[in-house]
Amino acid sequence: MSETTVTPTQVELEVGYAGKSIPRKEDQRLVKGEGVFADDLKRHGMGYVHFVRSPYAHARIVSVDVSQAEALEGVYGTLTPDEVAELTDPFFELTTPPGSQIKDYALAVGRVRHIGEPVVAVVAATRELARDAADLVEVEYDPLDVIVDARRAQDDDAPIIHEDAGTNVVWSGIFDWGDIDGALKAADRVVKIEELHFDRFASTPLECSVALVEYERATGQFTLYCNHQMPGVAAIWMGPALRVPLDKLRFVTHDIGGGFGNKITTHTYLTACCLLARKLKRPIQWTEWRTDQHMANAHGNERWFHDIEVAVQNDGTMLGFKVKAIDDCGAFPRYEPLGCIIWAQVTPGLYRWRNIRVDFTQVVTNKSPVAPNRGYSRMQQLWLTERICDIVAHELGLDPVEVRKKNYVRADEMPYETPNGCVYDSGDYARCLDIALELIDYEGVRARQEAGSGKLIGIGIGSTLDSGTNNFGQSTLLNPELQFSGNNEVATIKLDIFGEIVLTLGTVPQGQGHETVAAQVAADILGVSPDQIHVRPGHDSYWNSHAGFSGTYASQFAVTGLEAVKGATEKLSLEIRRLAGAVLGGADPDDIVLEGGFAKRKDNPETALPFMACGAIVNANNAVLPPDVRDVTLNCRYVYVPPFELPDKERKFGNLTLTYATQIHACVVEIDPETGDVELVDYAAVDDCGIRIHPQIVEGQVHGATVHAIGAALYETFAYDEYGQLLTSNFYDYHVPHALDLPEIKTGHIESPSPFSSLGTKGMGEGGGAAIHAICAAIQDALRRAGKPAIVNDSHNPPERVWRMIQNPEETATLVEVTAQ
Amino acid sequence: MSEHTIGVAVNGDRYEREVEARKLLVHFIRDDLDLTGTHVGCDTGNCGACTVLLDGRAVKSCMLLAVQADGAEITTVEGLSPEGELSPLQQAFSEHHALQCGYCTPGMLVSATYLLSQNPSPSEEEIRRGIQGNICRCTGYVNIVKAIRAAAGQ
Repeated sequence: MSETTVTPTQVELEVGYAGKSIPRKEDQRLVKGEGVFADDLKRHGMGYVHFVRSPYAHARIVSVDVSQAEALEGVYGTLTPDEVAELTDPFFELTTPPGSQIKDYALAVGRVRHIGEPVVAVVAATRELARDAADLVEVEYDPLDVIVDARRAQDDDAPIIHEDAGTNVVWSGIFDWGDIDGALKAADRVVKIEELHFDRFASTPLECSVALVEYERATGQFTLYCNHQMPGVAAIWMGPALRVPLDKLRFVTHDIGGGFGNKITTHTYLTACCLLARKLKRPIQWTEWRTDQHMANAHGNERWFHDIEVAVQNDGTMLGFKVKAIDDCGAFPRYEPLGCIIWAQVTPGLYRWRNIRVDFTQVVTNKSPVAPNRGYSRMQQLWLTERICDIVAHELGLDPVEVRKKNYVRADEMPYETPNGCVYDSGDYARCLDIALELIDYEGVRARQEAGSGKLIGIGIGSTLDSGTNNFGQSTLLNPELQFSGNNEVATIKLDIFGEIVLTLGTVPQGQGHETVAAQVAADILGVSPDQIHVRPGHDSYWNSHAGFSGTYASQFAVTGLEAVKGATEKLSLEIRRLAGAVLGGADPDDIVLEGGFAKRKDNPETALPFMACGAIVNANNAVLPPDVRDVTLNCRYVYVPPFELPDKERKFGNLTLTYATQIHACVVEIDPETGDVELVDYAAVDDCGIRIHPQIVEGQVHGATVHAIGAALYETFAYDEYGQLLTSNFYDYHVPHALDLPEIKTGHIESPSPFSSLGTKGMGEGGGAAIHAICAAIQDALRRAGKPAIVNDSHNPPERVWRMIQNPEETATLVEVTAQ
Repeated sequence: MSEHTIGVAVNGDRYEREVEARKLLVHFIRDDLDLTGTHVGCDTGNCGACTVLLDGRAVKSCMLLAVQADGAEITTVEGLSPEGELSPLQQAFSEHHALQCGYCTPGMLVSATYLLSQNPSPSEEEIRRGIQGNICRCTGYVNIVKAIRAAAGQ
């Protein structure tokens, strides 16, 4: 075998790619316009789908007539509610009875329950024809009473949206940790807040939802070229509904134009496309229109907080709080009621509060269904904790900075167990706050506030945690019957005949740069450059490199994704070293080192086997292999499973996520007292996500999450009128931040390695809505400094709401009451 | 539906096609010419993902009918640099991490190309104004502004 032994040329090897901001592998194709997005795909004879959608928020469907549409030349066919009811079963519901009796189909069966709900699908030879034909579909409706306000959903006279359930409540339960009644008795003061409202918005990815679905009659195989960001879960919903086993659903993704959670619940549309592909015997193309996405796909959860009582000592130490929460999930639960537990990952926010009671109820309303929008469910809870902090500080005449520092979990308490059993892995919140305050020149701005000017100046802080790597066992705290727990992610790496290293991920990235970051980690283990590692873009069920929870969601790639990459690559490294050891004279794998594309003997580096030879021997010349390495395949799959246990269902107690990244934001606003217009004049975001593999990508995620939250705080709202008509159904009315709306965003960071991930990384990217909290705090600070006793009681503050707080501060001031005892 | 024959030059290549009067220019570029780098992000002319150069000026190709482009010279993202090379703006976008998902990027690059053709040394305010018609949902524009400044030699 000496002929395969060559002397390597000396390669100047740069070691340690992890931690460096190398150019992204994805960029080369994307800046050239050569990315492959789902709408770029075409197939011979494909038909374009257009959905006929409900103009009513709530109505009985009296009749559906597709005859005129089907008669139009160029129309391939239609799909009606009756066909869907016959050919599919309702999608699986996660909640307990009676909410679980809700029936959710691919099209509206019997009733429409929100504006834009798809009722009929029409397929034609062109997009334009499909739209023309949709206009010819006759649907007769009998309008019903509407519920838009979640607070009214449980009233005796409220219309029931899902008669099968007989109630508008999806899920309800009490979480009680510590002794809040005792704390409220023992406290120097009790601060009561009557009502806070977290508004409805969505991160609205620029690429709408898309699918190209093919059906192969011979095998019954559906192939879905799409931009679903969590195909494993889509398959769990769709297989039983379509009455097919999961292997008949092949999902393929490539480049995805942003997701932010809004592409997790498109299974209703994908199911309709599957039915059409099978019925019409042709590929089916669906591209959602922007207005459709806004009306009928995925909003963020809206939440009301009532009867908040906070136990406070005179020095600002907070002992805990109780609250009643009503979550509005829109017309169908879909991914819900998971939002009824996900918030519990960050129950006390960043604070040392030991006594907390949350009475949580989720209801349906006649609005768009929700989906896990960036910061999902934790953002609402963190906004509550941050609002509590500022309101308590202002009511007690204390400094919000000092109140935070007094109550933050301290660095020397890490890892810190929260009252409900979650473990905050590492961090130094107070230090992050100091950095943020320095970045906005806190002292200087305070001096400017004192000096006064025509504008109302305010400083606000938003402290959040980005909990990453879910323990899906938390779902059993909602529904003990559910058989979900833990988490997993997969990577597969192979060394091929000509030395190609091919890495396949289970994740389904939408711009997070996974190809690059995964290559950095693998390159360091194999002693090659990231350029030498081909990371397959996207996802394909046929690669068999995915597991039940695969996908890109819930801030976990840096842990689940990279642990899988590391595990698979270490397996490959060991196989290469075993093989090379055997070939190079019987050396132990530990005596072989991988460098520059060679497996070298440590005791004699000139004796080395190139990777190309390794790949060639195993794949094409294996008769030469010694018997003890004939199990080597150089094709290694690894499934990462985090060390989770089932939570305690009785106490609703347990570790719900593995890592917690910190975000401390600080901002300065100037408010025009004449108009209520809020100008963001300075902004700083400090992030701590442990070890950063690619600092530039991390900073990019910080920017993105920040701007989503700025949009939500000032510009973006899904506003409905009393009839359930959506008033902000496109980018004219739903204003997302443009370049001129934003200040420069300053960033800072510290690195507190996670003790729970082998790379010290933490999932990050969602940011917990820190800018919403910071801007609300800054508006309240500006008002208080101007002698207005208002509280900011809504997460969304357009000029007219701010103007009202200036003109009539009593309107919100009366929501707060402080009792001394 | 009336059909019309139009002739356009896109990225230097000449095309002659029959199109329906109502076909949008962006659908003509994407569906008929298969130049899929130009994207669609909204129905209303707000997002700018479909921006192309039409006779040297940046236009939103979803706001024009294909027939209106008859006789025009069009540059799409695919025409911003020769095969195998990157323009200074494309290079700067990658270096400064001015793109994440890459969906807005073609339109953003075309708008930035137009901006620099009109104003080779723009201020930050002028850059922000220049890309005001392009929505990015990933980056918060921070690194896009940096990249355009860098490409302008600042």
